[in-house]
Amino acid sequence: MTIGVLALQGAFIEHIQMLEKLGVKTQEIRKTEDFSAQLDGLILPGGESTTIGKLLHDTSLFLPIKECIDAGMPVFGTCAGMILVAKEIADDSTSHFQAMDIQVKRNAYGRQLGSFGCNATFADEHVIEMPFIRAPYISSHGKAVKILSVVDGNIVAAQENNMLVTAFHPELTDDTTVHEHFISIINKNS
Amino acid sequence: MNTQRQTLNKQLAQMLKGGVIMDVMTPEQAQIAEKAGACAVMALERIPADIRAAGGVSRMSDPKMVKEIQQSVSIPVMAKCRIGHMAEAQILEAIQIDYIDESEVLSPADNVYHIDKTEFEVPFVCGAKNLSEALRRISEGATMIRTKGEPGTGDVVQAVSHMREMQRQMKRIASMSKDELFNEAKELQVPYELLLYVNEHASLPVVNFAAGGVATPADAALMMQLGAEGVFVGSGIFKSGNPEKRAAAIVKAVTNYNDPKILAEISEDLGEAMVGINEDEIKILMAERGK
Repeated sequence: MTIGVLALQGAFIEHIQMLEKLGVKTQEIRKTEDFSAQLDGLILPGGESTTIGKLLHDTSLFLPIKECIDAGMPVFGTCAGMILVAKEIADDSTSHFQAMDIQVKRNAYGRQLGSFGCNATFADEHVIEMPFIRAPYISSHGKAVKILSVVDGNIVAAQENNMLVTAFHPELTDDTTVHEHFISIINKNS
Repeated sequence: MNTQRQTLNKQLAQMLKGGVIMDVMTPEQAQIAEKAGACAVMALERIPADIRAAGGVSRMSDPKMVKEIQQSVSIPVMAKCRIGHMAEAQILEAIQIDYIDESEVLSPADNVYHIDKTEFEVPFVCGAKNLSEALRRISEGATMIRTKGEPGTGDVVQAVSHMREMQRQMKRIASMSKDELFNEAKELQVPYELLLYVNEHASLPVVNFAAGGVATPADAALMMQLGAEGVFVGSGIFKSGNPEKRAAAIVKAVTNYNDPKILAEISEDLGEAMVGINEDEIKILMAERGK
């Protein structure tokens, strides 16, 4: 199994280290030559969604990645990555891959002073550590979307088919639960 | 500051990695920077090149101007306070700045003490020209470090020597045996625990950017190749002929710093770079402020 990690900007090394810990091969994606439909899955990391969104177009990676996501390649987006896969961004006319039937609110908790950490339930079973850094949350969603975590009444993790998103950063903790969940999505897919 | 807040502040810097933080003086410039792909902006009234030209005392920017920039973009907004000036830092915290740069670019307010940054909830980035300065700033509560370089010059030589020095020292510390670290902590005048971290990880416990003199995409790529995790660009963008194009090119250079073909493409036809001045032509070495 090889999982691609979009490496245009942000905290992609943390995802790579997490996957290595789980014994999964990774591929850093910076240009079109790095990306292929043969990858078993793709991680869109945290960072600045405006920066990553722009670089996706500048590097011509946008279209090939969108085609693969639309064709069912398993994808996992954290924070900025969640914004990238969302169909809609609240109070914003821009959107990126428009793949997952969710509307997200950017900087939903305000500026850095609103960043926080907590422990909450993921996918009905595990209580895990969740760091929220200038995080978004899911403000509305379609019927096919399964909610995996709710914190203070806001949806912060969800899944639709092969698409997994978290508003928080599991890659910044030592807990591999969410990444294992993603790997199980990939296993079911193949 | 509790340890969780400190962790969250370190983590925000992790999200900025692989990105470019640009100096901006107006909401319009902030929007240009955001559109060009900046991962954050530094709001300030005068960019370092103008501070050099104007001389006199340089202070924290007008909070009103900083707030206007905060309202104009969705990316993180940073602002500078003078070294040791906790009241300026408190003001910036009150307007919910995302990161404070306790910066040698402004005139120092205190010739001995830096701000006790552990007393704040907002994160701080500080300049350093070697490992000792970096670890002292971290022990005071900084959650991000940048090389000092020589701001406002458009001359990358100082940023290079500071980054080289830091990397060289970290490699040396990493190769030491544990019993050597106690004396090394004494020699470097830094806390033992932080030195132990460097020994075990061969890196700083916080993110380390390059700053001070980056003017071209090639400069940015050079700093990344030397080990920077991202780049601050001050005067280099809005003192150049075509800020939009140069800003976007520097962003792309930081992502593709190891790809000469892409670097060649984006270095083409950028218009005039900032003229710049070299180190021996300037009267004030800002890097000598705040050790």
